[in-house]
Amino acid sequence: MYEALTNVFTSNGLIVSFAIVGITMYIAYFLSDKLTKGRLHGSAIAIILGLVLAYMGGATTGGSQGLADISIFAGIGLMGGGMLRDFAIVATAFGASFEEIKKAGVTGVLSLFIGVSASFAVGVIIALSFGYTDAVSLTTIGAGTATYIVGPVAGTALGASSEVITISIAAGLVKSIITMIGTPFIAKYIGLNNPRSAMVYGGLIGSTSGVAGGLAATDPKLVPYGAVTATFYTGLGCLLAPSILFLTTKAIFG
Amino acid sequence: MVIFGVALLAICLLVGVILGELLGLAIGIDANVGGVGLAMVMLILIVDYLKKRNKLSKPSQEGLGFWSSMYIPIVIAMSANQNVYGALDGGPLAIAAGVAAVIVSWILVPIISRGGNSRFDDEDENIDVEGGETDVRSAN
Repeated sequence: MYEALTNVFTSNGLIVSFAIVGITMYIAYFLSDKLTKGRLHGSAIAIILGLVLAYMGGATTGGSQGLADISIFAGIGLMGGGMLRDFAIVATAFGASFEEIKKAGVTGVLSLFIGVSASFAVGVIIALSFGYTDAVSLTTIGAGTATYIVGPVAGTALGASSEVITISIAAGLVKSIITMIGTPFIAKYIGLNNPRSAMVYGGLIGSTSGVAGGLAATDPKLVPYGAVTATFYTGLGCLLAPSILFLTTKAIFG
Repeated sequence: MVIFGVALLAICLLVGVILGELLGLAIGIDANVGGVGLAMVMLILIVDYLKKRNKLSKPSQEGLGFWSSMYIPIVIAMSANQNVYGALDGGPLAIAAGVAAVIVSWILVPIISRGGNSRFDDEDENIDVEGGETDVRSAN
């Protein structure tokens, strides 16, 4: 009986992971709604739950691939692996309109470049203060401080260790959560009350879910403006982090 | 057909990744240089071009839209197979980096939104704030 069940799970790995992720998201959105009244975005809670599952996988098996180390959940590794991840990231560009991004003008584009570079630099400085000295780890953590997508994309491209990639994801996740919770409180102090500053905000912070959630809690009318620039942030980060920013980091820290 | 949208996406990703590899070779680092970012730019431009000419059918767009909406679930699966257990030592680092990055960005917002180009400044006063009717919390 147990063996038959295990067989079904292992031979349908990817399908199992669709079901697990779906259930996780359902629980996360339920918690988001009931406990935080939607203030903390469901996707952020779901990612936290994912990290908790990964911790449990690692604690049970002692392996390095989180939940995927448990054989019946191996499909999670396929769904969350590099191939489907890159495919889905590229697909998000489908939602970005070229016309709308033109409206952001020079200010929006400028905020994107400054946003990616500033977050990257902050991440590198903090990683340095925590004792990381190699260019690959510094770049990966800096990239993760940009967003939790850019971190693993840069880390995988540069061959960073799984621990460092995980730290980079966690840094991006913390950024996303702080943005969601903090935006409505900081909005009036930074002039976040018009389309232009919302576009600059999206470009500087980048985390799409953080910006969308934070702006929705501030003023729902600002959401599309912040989201337009934020959509480009991950692409720009994926472009800059493993190239120019990595080479710069390497030149400075060896 | 749905597959046309999915195939368009696949071709963009493949071309982007190939270009990223070549770029890596060209500048002498053993890495894929921004292949995903290049693929995104390519997709934005192609979709824009096709949409303007009404060459992108609804099913094709649905093929793209499906994978776009699978982004968050895939990120959750990705987080579930990370080495969290081994990375617990890095927790304070992640929190410090995340918090510091947001604070720095908050400080930069008023500086950059004031120092923008004048043409946008002029237009800005006339922009009608529209949208925001959709419930962003339920849309993924």
